[in-house]
Amino acid sequence: MATELATRVLHSLNDASELPLASSEAFPDVESTVLKGALDSLQSREMLVYKTIDREEPILTEEAEGIVREGSHEAKVYEAVCVAMDGIKISELPRIVGAATAKVGQGKAFKEGWIKKDGDRLLKKVASINDTTRDQLQLIKAKQTTPEPALLAELKKRKLITLQKRINFKINKGPKFALEVVKEETDLTAEMIASGAWKDKIFKPYNFAALGAHTPSGALHPLNKVRSEFRNIFFEMGFTEMPTNRFVESGFWNFDTLFVPQQHPARDLQDTFYISDPAVADKPRDDETGEFLAEYWENVRGVHEDGKFGSLGYRYPWKEEESLRLVLRTHTTAISANILHKLAKNPRPARYFSIDRVFRNESVDATHLAEFHQVEGVIADYNLTLGDLIGFMQEFFQKMGVHQLRFKPAYNPYTEPSMEIFGYHEGLGKWVEIGNSGMFRPEMLETMGLPKDMRAHGWGLSLERPTMIRYKVNNIRELVGHKVDLGFVESNAAVRLDRG
Amino acid sequence: MPTVSVNKYDLYEALGQKYTTEEFDELCFEFGIELDEDTENDPDRPKDQPPQLKIEIPANRYDMLCHEGISLMLNIFRGRASIPNYRVVAPANSEVHQITIHKETTKIRPYVSAAVLRGIKFTQDRYDSFIALQDKLHQNLCRQRTLVSMGTHDLDTVKGPYTYEALPPEEIVFAPLNQEKVMNGKELMEFYKNDKNLGRYLHIIRDSPVYPVILDASRNVCSLPPIINSNLSKITLDTRNVFIEVTATDRTKVEIVTNILVAMFSQYCDDPFTVEPVKIISPHNNESRQVPNMTPHSTTAEVSYINSCCGLQLSAPEVCTMLDKMAYTAKPSSSDPNLLDIDVPVTRADVLHQCDIMEDVAIGYGFNNLPRTFPGKSGTIAAPLPINKLTDIVRLEAAMCGWSEVLPLILCSHDENFAWLNRKDDGHTAVRLANPKTAEYQIVRTSLLPGVLKTIRENRKHSLPIKIFEVSDVAFKDEKLERKSRNERHFCAAICGKTSGFEAVHGLLDRVMAMLNTGVSETGAMEQEGYWIEETDEPTYFPGRAASIWTRHQHGKKQSIGTFGILHPSVLEKFEIPYPVSTLELNLEVFL
Repeated sequence: MATELATRVLHSLNDASELPLASSEAFPDVESTVLKGALDSLQSREMLVYKTIDREEPILTEEAEGIVREGSHEAKVYEAVCVAMDGIKISELPRIVGAATAKVGQGKAFKEGWIKKDGDRLLKKVASINDTTRDQLQLIKAKQTTPEPALLAELKKRKLITLQKRINFKINKGPKFALEVVKEETDLTAEMIASGAWKDKIFKPYNFAALGAHTPSGALHPLNKVRSEFRNIFFEMGFTEMPTNRFVESGFWNFDTLFVPQQHPARDLQDTFYISDPAVADKPRDDETGEFLAEYWENVRGVHEDGKFGSLGYRYPWKEEESLRLVLRTHTTAISANILHKLAKNPRPARYFSIDRVFRNESVDATHLAEFHQVEGVIADYNLTLGDLIGFMQEFFQKMGVHQLRFKPAYNPYTEPSMEIFGYHEGLGKWVEIGNSGMFRPEMLETMGLPKDMRAHGWGLSLERPTMIRYKVNNIRELVGHKVDLGFVESNAAVRLDRG
Repeated sequence: MPTVSVNKYDLYEALGQKYTTEEFDELCFEFGIELDEDTENDPDRPKDQPPQLKIEIPANRYDMLCHEGISLMLNIFRGRASIPNYRVVAPANSEVHQITIHKETTKIRPYVSAAVLRGIKFTQDRYDSFIALQDKLHQNLCRQRTLVSMGTHDLDTVKGPYTYEALPPEEIVFAPLNQEKVMNGKELMEFYKNDKNLGRYLHIIRDSPVYPVILDASRNVCSLPPIINSNLSKITLDTRNVFIEVTATDRTKVEIVTNILVAMFSQYCDDPFTVEPVKIISPHNNESRQVPNMTPHSTTAEVSYINSCCGLQLSAPEVCTMLDKMAYTAKPSSSDPNLLDIDVPVTRADVLHQCDIMEDVAIGYGFNNLPRTFPGKSGTIAAPLPINKLTDIVRLEAAMCGWSEVLPLILCSHDENFAWLNRKDDGHTAVRLANPKTAEYQIVRTSLLPGVLKTIRENRKHSLPIKIFEVSDVAFKDEKLERKSRNERHFCAAICGKTSGFEAVHGLLDRVMAMLNTGVSETGAMEQEGYWIEETDEPTYFPGRAASIWTRHQHGKKQSIGTFGILHPSVLEKFEIPYPVSTLELNLEVFL
């Protein structure tokens, strides 16, 4: 069917004496929707082009169709009067021409002056008549043209025609006009390439507005994506990753080695998870030899209890049992302390980093979880300066797309000086705290046996905070933990911190 | 960090300058304190109350926990003042006050310090600040009164010499502050049991057979440290002479607290910045002495060390100028051109080492004025942690296979880790927490399954199948190690759908093994490296639908590294998952 119609359209175009071709004339018998389908298909092949023209066309009513067939009511009355040689009784008329015709036609025929009344009889008044109504309707039907407005209004009033919206097409030849409809290919296939058939094929144009097919895919978690961005920054800057795969620490490594006094609030039950089983650590020992680190142990005790290495110390009785209590590490700095202590065996410039989970006995809310990821960097070198730390932070945060930094003096038990790092966030339009940093205290480093002129910078930040800013997450529970929406994991974009 | 609220107008008057909020914020930033809030435009501020500045003070600056301390330090920083010369002056026409410490106090709270502020003039603001400072000190430095607590009294209502004793609670009878009712120590514990403010301190002494008590010469109770003073010696706005007693379990902090209280409020004495001494008689522990000692701590610092740490080349006098701004008294040493002789203010007990002095030089100079350099002299070579490198391989392979990474918590409940998985706790496996705030966190997980299954539970509305994985650490008890436990890196995957998905986790295992260059081995064949699976009857899984994963490495020893299978419906019920789930979990450490 469709092909037949297409062929007919193409032939009509070919045969037409004048272009464009009007569909109303060439294909009056074809439904406009059906015709449009054929035209669209041919137009998509560029075989023709067409324009749609909407207009209103007069349609003959049933009554008007009757008039076209049999003449107007008045004409029918006149005929009846003529047929009866000596006229018709008025009362007989409905029986002869029908009630409806009699009613309308009689008056009209009088008005036209075709008949006259003689007593109760109707007689013809003129020799012949011209049935204009019928002629007009016949013309409208044949040409489907709209009559001039006065007549149109009258015919409408007489309920002989109605106006109906009609879609027409003006059709012209397209650049690839031909009489045959060639089959269009939707896809390039291996067979076509093998046979070379693709050269002669016509390919159906694509709809480039449509989306591609959904590709099933795995996904990495957004926090881990930010993590790998940070790791790469550390690797770019020459840092070695620390072995932070150890959640349980002793008070010794988590606090004492860092010169955090035993009464410090961070060691409160309110802040730190203590372990009930196993509860007590062994005294610190050398990981390689397994020997008790007696000198270090005594140095730590000494620097807390009496002061040592040029420090007054905190001057309180340092308790072994407090030092040996096991905790879930509250910061990865516990590992940094361990690594720096190892470095003291063979002091040399070193750069270390880690990004791993830490634990705080916090009440959970929109910005706090009992566990989060700490990003930590450590630089050890001879005669490091505070300017080096600031300059390094500038380079480090530049790689994360933060270009303006300023530093606020702060306090931290194991760094002196301590600096809070503030970055200007372009998106938020304000300074935000982005991390903490400082020079590790001599009480920590010299106790380990590091030489006096070897200094170490440390800095840290949470991984969650920059991730929440990057992915516009307001509640940390939507980022970390089992309540995270998998749809979020599957749909989040790559990180690219340097692009802000 | 403690936050101190001060009257904005009073502070600006003390600073001799009106600041915009931004300007004051900038000054705070430079000094290292933080303006939290300016209530000037706070609609909730009552119209008749002056606006407050809420200022966060770093935990080491106990000397700035009140209006007096903040204005003094900022004025010195801005060159408008210098550190006062605090003087200890014995009373001209009477005996030095005296507190005798009884030996029994060693059982509960052994140390006392004291001071007398003579001729003080309180106003309502001064009085409020005096009380607020004690409160801030109690919260912070005094560790909720466990280490140190203060009692302040109207000296003219009591009569020395005083004694500090430890008595059975029934023998301590007095009317506590703002109460008319006389009660003994036992009754007092009952009386304040539900008190919002004092209730939280009762535990410090409640169960001790003896309670510490300060008594005057007529054996009137002055205070029951660390709980409450007596109503008898109550301070009012009309009080002119204040007796300060400070009791402690920490002999260093007892003096620090006394010194701060004296330093902050002696300025309101008729003879400003003077304090009357108190003689402490404590022969049993060699703590007899006269207090307070308001002499600044004298020390030295190296100019070269300060310059080297700061990256500056300041001369000794320039360093002294910086230190002046930070309330030190510093001058170049006459004996060594590289040394400075420094008096550390008596209120700066946090200065322990010359690094603290160095920091204050840097603050005086301005952190943001320091030359920014890059520590580029030494080259270092980067390296990833091997287990993390291995982890990334597995993570990427799993994601490439179409599985999504999840990140559940490491802490979980005991049931989630054992009973809900049809597993038994042998008591030698899991690390248990002593003091969690909720039952959600009881142990460190020994399996990744609980977190992965909880993630499925919370994502039940996600389209099926759900395919997720995690590569992370679990922890086990390990008595052989110094810290009695060890982490182990696990890989876990789960598929949840209309059908069980057994072959899907099996396929993922095969793929990951192939990517780790571990081939399929003939079951148990001695000579062949690789992995194989054997049916297992672990109750976590549906009977007959579970396998254990075995590997054999170069050394020939075989090892079970994990399991996979269709979860038992009873497990699904516990985790509220209405669809079948297959899981895979294995230890990655063997592939290092």
